[in-house]
Amino acid sequence: MNWTAFDTWIVVTGALCAVACALPGCFLVLRKMSMMGDAISHAVLPGLAIAFLVTGTRASVPMFVGAAVAGLLTALFTQWIMRFGNVDRGAAMGIVFTTLFAIGLLLIRRAADHVDLDPDCVLYGAIELTPLDTLGIGGLDIPRAALVNGAVLLVNLAFIAALYKELKLSAFDPDLAGTLGFSPQFLHYLLMTLVAVTTVAAFESVGSIIVIAMLIVPPATALLLTRRLLPMLGIAATAAVLAAATGHLAALVVPGWFGFQSTTSSGMMAFASGLLFLLAWLFGPEQGVVARWLRRGPVEPEPLSQTQTKTT
Amino acid sequence: MHTESLSGQAVFPAKHTEPRPEHPPEIPLAIHDLTVAYHRKPVLWDIELNIPEGKLVGIVGPNGAGKSTLLKACLDLVPRTSGWAHIYGAPYRKARHRVAYVPQRESVDWDFPVNALDVVAMGAYRRLGWFRRVTKAEAARAMEALEQVGIAHLAQRQISQLSGGQQQRVFLARALMQDADLYLMDEPFAAVDAATEQAIVELLRRLSGEGKTCLVVHHDLATVTTYFDWIVLINMRIVAAGPTAETFTRENLQKTYGGKLNLLEKAAEALRSTPR
Repeated sequence: MNWTAFDTWIVVTGALCAVACALPGCFLVLRKMSMMGDAISHAVLPGLAIAFLVTGTRASVPMFVGAAVAGLLTALFTQWIMRFGNVDRGAAMGIVFTTLFAIGLLLIRRAADHVDLDPDCVLYGAIELTPLDTLGIGGLDIPRAALVNGAVLLVNLAFIAALYKELKLSAFDPDLAGTLGFSPQFLHYLLMTLVAVTTVAAFESVGSIIVIAMLIVPPATALLLTRRLLPMLGIAATAAVLAAATGHLAALVVPGWFGFQSTTSSGMMAFASGLLFLLAWLFGPEQGVVARWLRRGPVEPEPLSQTQTKTT
Repeated sequence: MHTESLSGQAVFPAKHTEPRPEHPPEIPLAIHDLTVAYHRKPVLWDIELNIPEGKLVGIVGPNGAGKSTLLKACLDLVPRTSGWAHIYGAPYRKARHRVAYVPQRESVDWDFPVNALDVVAMGAYRRLGWFRRVTKAEAARAMEALEQVGIAHLAQRQISQLSGGQQQRVFLARALMQDADLYLMDEPFAAVDAATEQAIVELLRRLSGEGKTCLVVHHDLATVTTYFDWIVLINMRIVAAGPTAETFTRENLQKTYGGKLNLLEKAAEALRSTPR
């Protein structure tokens, strides 16, 4: 194996991207809206395409505005279809995001003749190519993707730090949030906008499918390992970094064992987060399969609670 | 001017057609002409209600009678088709600080990664306002609230590790944190152990002794007369409201639960009330 500065940058970019996704992802998972990340990551496509067609550039600012608008529209349309169509959230999301995604693909195809907005890249990303596109800052050539993902990570951190208690409350008990004057709708749309922006930043590096793994899998892993919100955010971020690093390493090494060339790093990063989830599920200290198996006694004199009655 | 109601239900005051009447601010909850509909189907119809101060009020009625919706409509949690609900003479958004709400226990996910103290501290969020963290003083108050409901020793327990009764106590402690004058509680006695039921009753009596008003959705007819000074019998409309001794009569219960139900509604009722 031949580790270069390129590889380091790929890991850094992947890690920044994964952490930026994992933080808002925690709140998606807790609100039982994991698939909303899926919906938004697909539905931002027409926003990107329209932003491109209008401005003619792939500059970041119009792209982010386009994505934020598309993300908000996805959340709004989903809400409307739920309300007026009287269908559940999953069905409403299915209607909205497939439609928007299809429109996005059409628009990209329309524009594909004279631009390099490539549907394959949109789906899978091209993290291996990100170190080629650098910006010189303070004598250091930093990949643009790392900067963009880093900036989004900072925005997400600031957002969660500022609205930590509001996000916690509206995820746990939206009715109480409403009665206390913290509009759960407002917080919902704010979070969805953030997810849309995060998704776009992640787009270029990991594409619109693997971004879902980054939004959902590390938070789900963290939830298996802790029962407090703040540690959950920390563990999710750690799992995200671990997945990015081991994922890239595995992409370089593992195919060699079978006589293949290296494989796509973003895919391996998603696979690595899946593996971490599996490990947490098996070996988690309290809720892990092994721990529960070891703890099982002749009788269970534990206090009866809803969860326990549900699982036993 | 219409002075006689044509509905034949003499217990209701005549419908007001003149501008809003002024409510003396000491009326904790005044509801006028309230109608709520979900998907164009009315759930609450023409509600007129004045809840007197310092009373322990039970809201009683069959499943699907709109008891929870009545509380939610007062809290702006569901849109009102018509009418209004005033809290101490003001619309809810101007009287938030005077109201505490205890939702049904099943309305939240008890696997959520927070402990009992975190949940109780949520009762302080309105006082804190946007962006501000829970202060040491508020955390200490949350501890006191947990002590008042008798589970201070469970403060650090993750909420899924609590029994149903303990979870209900956490919700009550959270309402105490809100330091309100009017408490709206949705089925606080549902599926709790006897000790918790007793603790809740004592807490309610203490609150009403301090001049606070409690509105409690209740499903157990057997305990109505011992727990509540005042009751509201409801089945989409208000059937009767007043002091328990006068209002909790066989005739009124008949009107609330039976009689008017046609066969279809009875079948639906039976389906709804079968244990899940």
